[in-house]
Amino acid sequence: MSTPAMSDLAARPLISLRAVSKSYRRGDQTVPVLNAIAFDVARGDFLGLMGPSGSGKSTLLNLIAGIDKPDAGEILVDGVDITRLGEGELADWRAGSVGFVFQFYNLMPVLSAFENVELPLVLTTLSRQERREHVAAALALVGLADRMEHYPSELSGGQQQRVAIARAIVTDPKLIVADEPTGDLDRHSAEEVLGLMDRLNLELGKTILMVTHDRRAADRAHAIMYLDKGELSTAGDLHERSVREARL
Amino acid sequence: MNSLKLILRNALRHKLRTGLTVLGLIVAVLAFGLLQTVVDAWYAGANSAAPNRLVTRNAISLVFSMPLHYREKIRAVPGVRQVAPFNWFGGYYQDPKNFFAQFAVDPLPFLAMYPEYRIAEDDLRAFLRDRKGAIIGRKLADRYGFRVGDTIPLQGTIYPGVWSFTVRAIYDGADARVDASQLFFHWEFLNETMKQRQPRRGDQVGVFMVQIEDPQRSAAIAQAIDALFKNSLAETLTETEKAFQLGFVAMTEAIVVAIRIVSFVVIFIILAVMANTMAMTARERTPEYATLKVLGFGPGYVARLVFGESLAIALCGAALGIALTFPVAAWFGAEMGNFFPVFEVSRTTVALQLACAVGVGIAAALLPGRNAARVRIVDGLRAIG
Amino acid sequence: MRPVPLAYSVRNLWTRKLTTALTAGGMALVVFVFAAVLMLEAGLRQALVATGRYDNVVVTRRAAGNEVQSGIDRSQAAIVESQPEIAIGPDGTRAVSKEAVVLIAQPKRDTGVPTNITVRGVGAQGLALRPQVRIASGRMFRPGATEVVVGRSIAERFDGVAPGERLRFGGREWTVVGTFDAGGSGFDSEIWGDGEQMMQSFRRQAFSSVVARLADPGDFERLKARLESDPRLTIDVKRERVFYEEQSEMMANFIRILGLALSVIFSIGAMIGAMITMYAAVANRTGEIGALRALGFRRGSILAAFLAEALALAILGWAVGLALAALMQLVRISTMNWQSFSELAFSFALTPAIVAQSLAFACAMGLAGGVLPALRAARLKIVDALRAA
Repeated sequence: MSTPAMSDLAARPLISLRAVSKSYRRGDQTVPVLNAIAFDVARGDFLGLMGPSGSGKSTLLNLIAGIDKPDAGEILVDGVDITRLGEGELADWRAGSVGFVFQFYNLMPVLSAFENVELPLVLTTLSRQERREHVAAALALVGLADRMEHYPSELSGGQQQRVAIARAIVTDPKLIVADEPTGDLDRHSAEEVLGLMDRLNLELGKTILMVTHDRRAADRAHAIMYLDKGELSTAGDLHERSVREARL
Repeated sequence: MNSLKLILRNALRHKLRTGLTVLGLIVAVLAFGLLQTVVDAWYAGANSAAPNRLVTRNAISLVFSMPLHYREKIRAVPGVRQVAPFNWFGGYYQDPKNFFAQFAVDPLPFLAMYPEYRIAEDDLRAFLRDRKGAIIGRKLADRYGFRVGDTIPLQGTIYPGVWSFTVRAIYDGADARVDASQLFFHWEFLNETMKQRQPRRGDQVGVFMVQIEDPQRSAAIAQAIDALFKNSLAETLTETEKAFQLGFVAMTEAIVVAIRIVSFVVIFIILAVMANTMAMTARERTPEYATLKVLGFGPGYVARLVFGESLAIALCGAALGIALTFPVAAWFGAEMGNFFPVFEVSRTTVALQLACAVGVGIAAALLPGRNAARVRIVDGLRAIG
Repeated sequence: MRPVPLAYSVRNLWTRKLTTALTAGGMALVVFVFAAVLMLEAGLRQALVATGRYDNVVVTRRAAGNEVQSGIDRSQAAIVESQPEIAIGPDGTRAVSKEAVVLIAQPKRDTGVPTNITVRGVGAQGLALRPQVRIASGRMFRPGATEVVVGRSIAERFDGVAPGERLRFGGREWTVVGTFDAGGSGFDSEIWGDGEQMMQSFRRQAFSSVVARLADPGDFERLKARLESDPRLTIDVKRERVFYEEQSEMMANFIRILGLALSVIFSIGAMIGAMITMYAAVANRTGEIGALRALGFRRGSILAAFLAEALALAILGWAVGLALAALMQLVRISTMNWQSFSELAFSFALTPAIVAQSLAFACAMGLAGGVLPALRAARLKIVDALRAA
């Protein structure tokens, strides 16, 4: 039996953007990138974000992940308006609430797979033994428990990305943010990584926001948003618009 | 687009890195130049020695004196033109830190054998008339603001008590090698005073400066002089002025050697810095070198790019460092006037500075240049920084 | 604020071995020069200070810079000898040595250049007043004989001073009958003989100095006050240790000032090297910095991580530089002491203070060189860092 509060919680979106705008300065010119964006992401969603180069999809991702601040608007993640947090608070928030997966993995070459995955836990108050357990579990989940002591230079691209995913989930964040996760991988490795992300979403209930060019990757997502000239639209809207333009 | 333009533009790509490297070179070249000049200054006395002057001193040690009557005997030796007694006074002005060379001399023979000291005629006559008069060098006058007519009280150490002298003349050196920070006064005045205060110390001479007719015969004349006083109470040792000055340097040789060694240490430090810079730079540019090779440029061309950039940076640093050496040396010379009466940057020093900078430029580029020339196109294109 | 693991900073040095070696090498050279200069100064002071005892006093003529330039005639020496503060031995003799100090020139063994050596004519108590001096070979000279004993450094460095050989000075021939070891102090560079014989031989009426042991070291001020105000005497009274300390002052100061000036100038070069290396490190690892910030590490942690890397470089350089400097302890320097005009031999002395000072100096170099690049790393905006990767 669920109380009204619990059902509210289930219904409330994990991410909520209200009138978010962002522009960049290039020399003495101001280039608008995002234009009063508003949308919601429900808990447990697996959302793909696509669009032409320079359309601002990475910027949108960065704003939601708390590594950049919008010029205007609000971003609520699990009830917290992250646009109001100071830099230090944002850092702490990220450590506990967001997992990152980058196109070029961004692992520390001088740390082993184990140590790389352990990094986010260093920011917590867990004991050494507890950290060890979490790392082992994360690496087992991505199927690299036997490669714990290897350095990134000794791993293939696909394996490195899986280590990066293990790093992204080791603190058990609700949200995972991925920027072109398969961009640098061959077909086989890309399949592995995408399968992993599926499992994270279906089995562990992680909400995933993924920017991608890759059609295959986009197919795995539950829904796709398009970003173009600073405005968001769904697949349906886009089809309508292209038909309209063709007629003109 | 020729290679020189490419080299210069490459050097300016990383303005911060290039700028820091040049700065390091400037510091190293400057330090090296200063240290070499310090070593030169040590030899200043020897360098300003005249070949027709001999120094006769007590054979045991400079610290012991000789009787005044040796003078006539020395003058009688064939080939000797003048003999002047010199006593090192060794006092200080107000504070023991303010020391400078002071000598009691017999003025007429002294001035005759030191033509490089230039004095105005009138001043000279005034000095000769005043038995408590003194001649001082221009540098000394400038340092303490002494002028003709001022009284300088000196605290004696070897000759106790306070001695007051009146400045009657200021001398200038004929060139920069001459020590223009000395003080000379009448030997007779010293001798008379000592005969009154401590009679046993009267008629004692520290050193005889001997001017000879023919520099070629210096060895023979020196031996003749020493033979005169063999087996006496104060045996003498006569040598050329240069050998005498070098004797002083030899005594503190260890320090001079140490300074020379240390001046090269700084060159090695900067070599390490430059080698590091060139190694990093070349490594980052590996894909570009591979690309050049794809286009058809040979390994020699690539190596020349690396050497060219290294030399360009080295020469830039050398030029600025050498330019700065002169004003810094001038300042240093003024500050350390006590220790180093003559402090001039020599042409040899500048040549050495340049040579060292070029050497560093070449050595730093050796390994990176070789690696760049050898890079395989396939490997080079794959490397991502 | 949680720090980035230290392993990250240290292992990055290991990855770029050549760069680390060159940068740390530059720093090592600077630390070497710095430590060597301090060790030289310490060695000089040790040699000269070890020469003096706290309870001995040295009396010289007023304002004389050294014993060679000083003269105390017999009547004055007798007054000094009769002072009540002076210790009296069990056999009733006063612990006083009236000494005549002269300089002679002998050729040095390796260069053949004639160099001044201090010859000290001591009184009967001369050896007793300096217990650190022991006869090492042969025997002590006999009082009244034309014999001398030679200090260890002189025996090692000069020709013509071996036991059995004769030295010619003061119009006589003196037989070397033994060598003595003065425990590394300035006396090792001297030749000792009978004071009265020296006085006769050089036809002197005045001693150079009077050395005496105080019965109670605390009596020094009283003795000094009385003797220096006595109208019959124009003398200075100093504790032996202070006397010899002043002898080394000019040289020690020169070494220290020149050495420190050089070290500071050189350190600029090494700091520039460190700066170049660290700027490159930051530039090459921009992506990692972005990732660390994204993970939640604060700017301060990034700053600390890069400062730690610079410090690690500096400490590596310090270790190598100090090891090299420590080797200098095997070298003995011999030169002319400017104050006494005579030969002085000493060595490089490594003290714990110098170890600490050189470490502090190296760390200062590392921090100064690394602070600007570390600030640049810390100031990076996350998005810029990630984009540049």
